[in-house]
Amino acid sequence: MFLFYCPYCKEEREQNEFSAAGEAFIARPKTPEAISDEDWAEYVFYRTNHKGNHWEQWVHTNGCRKYFIVKRSTISHEILQVEPFGTEISEQES
Amino acid sequence: MQKKYSWYSLLKAGLSGQDWDQAIPLVEPKSKYDIIIVGGGGHGLATAYYLAKECGVKNVAVVEKGYIGGGNTGRNTTIIRSNYLRDEASSLYEHAMKLWEGISEDLNFNVMFSQRGVYNLGHSLQDMRDIERRVNANVLNGVDAQVVDANEIKQQIPIINITKNARYPVMGASYQPRGGVARHDGVAWGFARAAAMLGVDIIQDCEVIDIEVEQGRVKGVKTTRGDILADRVGCVSAGHSSVLAKMAGLRLPIESHPLQAFVSEAMKPVLHTVVMSNAVHGYISQSDKGDLVIGAGIDSYNSYAQRGNSQIIEHAAAAILELFPIFSRVRMNRQWGGIVDVCPDACPIISPTKVEGLYFNCGWGTGGFKATPGSGNVFAHTIAQDKQHPLAVPFNIDRFTTGALIDEHGAAGVAH
Repeated sequence: MFLFYCPYCKEEREQNEFSAAGEAFIARPKTPEAISDEDWAEYVFYRTNHKGNHWEQWVHTNGCRKYFIVKRSTISHEILQVEPFGTEISEQES
Repeated sequence: MQKKYSWYSLLKAGLSGQDWDQAIPLVEPKSKYDIIIVGGGGHGLATAYYLAKECGVKNVAVVEKGYIGGGNTGRNTTIIRSNYLRDEASSLYEHAMKLWEGISEDLNFNVMFSQRGVYNLGHSLQDMRDIERRVNANVLNGVDAQVVDANEIKQQIPIINITKNARYPVMGASYQPRGGVARHDGVAWGFARAAAMLGVDIIQDCEVIDIEVEQGRVKGVKTTRGDILADRVGCVSAGHSSVLAKMAGLRLPIESHPLQAFVSEAMKPVLHTVVMSNAVHGYISQSDKGDLVIGAGIDSYNSYAQRGNSQIIEHAAAAILELFPIFSRVRMNRQWGGIVDVCPDACPIISPTKVEGLYFNCGWGTGGFKATPGSGNVFAHTIAQDKQHPLAVPFNIDRFTTGALIDEHGAAGVAH
């Protein structure tokens, strides 16, 4: 079981309180009516599925119900960094 | 050259102090093949077998980073059924079922395919409506299926708990009599041996570290045992499909998750069939060895770690115990995880790619084992003819762009 430090509750809590919410930094297209089917497919379905350090979203479902971003190794499951949602990350390793 | 197994050869080897031939020859990779299959699991080996047997392509290599039977093929819960809802999916899985029915004879290897029936339980009125709809669809597609009520289930499986005061009472089930189980790693060994006998090189301990692409065409693969050239490359690497795709500069609509299972100590026969439940989420059968084989759901986060979290196992164990209170004191023997490649519509991708000569067979998610022969068969034809096998056409990767998804979350059995 993972332990997450919720950046809003400022506490370490058990994984049961949280839900995984997919890869981070996938922005909705700014001009939805103008982009191609390929771009829509990329946004909706295609994923990096990175083997290594992976930025992803989690939500504190049974707590503050807020989303935050986590850098976690998909090889060792080690949680390397936790930031509030919307934090700009310069080095995107995924 | 290996010899065919017969009752005489088995008796002779059995009586002569286990003097068995090497089942799968250990070979060094050649410098060039017509077709390389990346991934020596059941699907990859079946692909190579059917390439050699039905497509007349003998200069084929299967490269496997571990050993045969050591990946997901030897990690699943061995359930085989074809009662999927959509025409496209049920045709594909039924194609596999028909091949299963003759597979041991075809491969000259007993894969212990046992058609002991599969029950998919319903626990609510909506479950039962969905089950009736799926059974009707199955019957129209020529797949054997029937709806059974709780009392009929109890008659067949006396140890099941159908009391009304259960948290999720059993209301009925769909039943596929031709469903069942097979010896999972035996399937890999059988296909590997049969393919090797037809001249396919099975190269173990050989990890692909790069895919060579030149001017939009695949040239070969770089491996830990040297570079190998090939006209065509088929990737069948389940959980690591995205990693291979990245080597060729491609992306896939796939995410990798751990899927866990566990087995109990061996015990006397107590459960003669396969019982699955989507709603409470657990599935169980008893192997010929006597251990209960229990499957859990996937962990919801991405992972390549081949292990999952304890709460998932606890959830599956709780579901199984509510269905079978008699198992409350059964001791579990071991537990493990495999990495499954989950597609958004719970259906596989069997498809050419933007790179000429490079094909992917992936996205089987939590339910690939049941399709092993069918998957290999249609993929072999797809690669050999550079044209999708008719059954594989709906499973083109283009469906994520066109929107023609094949939604099988309901029949997939494992919650995604």
